[in-house]
Amino acid sequence: MNGVHDMGGMDGFGKVEPEPNEPMFHEEWESRVLAMVRAMGAAGAFNIDASRFYRETLPPQVYLSSSYYKKWFLGLEALLLDKGYISKDDVASGHAVAPAKPLKHGKFSMPDVERIMVRGKFGRPAPAAAKFKAGDRVRAKNIHPATHTRLPRYVRGHVGVVERDHGCHVFPDTVANDAGEHPQWLYTVVFDGRELWGPDSDPTIKVSIDAFEPYLEAV
Amino acid sequence: MSEHDHHHHDHDHSELSETELRVRALESILTEKGYVEAAALDAIVQAYETKIGPHNGARVVAKAWSDPAFKQALLEDATKAVGTLGHVSRVGDHLVAIENTPGRHNMVVCTLCSCYPWEMLGLPPVWYKASPYRSRAVKDPRGVLADFGVSLPKETEIRVWDSTAETRFLVLPMRPAGTEGWSEEQLADLVTRDSMIGTGFPKTPGAPS
Repeated sequence: MNGVHDMGGMDGFGKVEPEPNEPMFHEEWESRVLAMVRAMGAAGAFNIDASRFYRETLPPQVYLSSSYYKKWFLGLEALLLDKGYISKDDVASGHAVAPAKPLKHGKFSMPDVERIMVRGKFGRPAPAAAKFKAGDRVRAKNIHPATHTRLPRYVRGHVGVVERDHGCHVFPDTVANDAGEHPQWLYTVVFDGRELWGPDSDPTIKVSIDAFEPYLEAV
Repeated sequence: MSEHDHHHHDHDHSELSETELRVRALESILTEKGYVEAAALDAIVQAYETKIGPHNGARVVAKAWSDPAFKQALLEDATKAVGTLGHVSRVGDHLVAIENTPGRHNMVVCTLCSCYPWEMLGLPPVWYKASPYRSRAVKDPRGVLADFGVSLPKETEIRVWDSTAETRFLVLPMRPAGTEGWSEEQLADLVTRDSMIGTGFPKTPGAPS
């Protein structure tokens, strides 16, 4: 979706302001939100792309004015409501008043903690041969899906070069909507700064994205 | 509003913010429904606070600076290479190490959300997840570097890696001069988090830390 989360190339957000000796969490509740998102995802309530999509669909003014973990909280609550794991009555009362819905992987408990400290596996066997190889010139398609996608707007319609392939991976555009994994070839595609930002761009810039095959067309 | 701010700055925890109340309520709902064990949530937080952090990435970088065969293996398949180091935490698939050279500087961003090599660097800092960095890194990387007090020769190529998939990128910075004969432990102390994101350099030997 063409949301405000897709902010590559936007102007006006100001300077980057690193915080010296930044704490891991600024408020205790942030750590609880992180833990709940990780636990409910691991228990099978949602996948990583669904959780991203629910943050992306927050109203733009909410997205831009909420802290990082506030967005995580709002996305989590909306997702769990939508999928029926919690109800509006639960939220209103602050306690479980509606019956629980079975989780795909069951209750998240202590023995599961170590497992989630390593990233999930997203590589899948190839359903078909790769269409592109390193060195191929490709164009990022001019597509504007209204649902979740990992093709940023700033590359759409632009020509780049395939630098490497990463094998086949779960396709975020479908798995986010519970429409299946549909594994796709994934490539690092490099764009020249002037191709993306025009002739006034710093000529020393190159930008790459990791692009799923359906995002690309041969040039 | 000013009342609220006043309490906030006094750290008056007797008055919880709306967000805190909502987060607590959700946690109650999830535990009461039997979805999550409360102690397991505590354990997740503890694991993030103690097990991951830039010390893991620093050890990998120091090893690559010291051992040419390891460096080559790291650049070919970083997940596999890191997996051979027993003292570094386990790492997921599709970690990609990218080498800085005199002619090319690498910088990592996630314009769409906050993708970051957690196992190597810990949880990302706020600036990495915030709009200024995410919006500008791909269009004006030199300007972003200037915000960090970093400047590069004008002819140096700057390669920005937008983490748009489940690949994760670790910058392998250049080894500082004057570190000949240093042990991996000594070298690891020079490796900063930002040098592995590409928004900084390793510390200079002898400089006050």
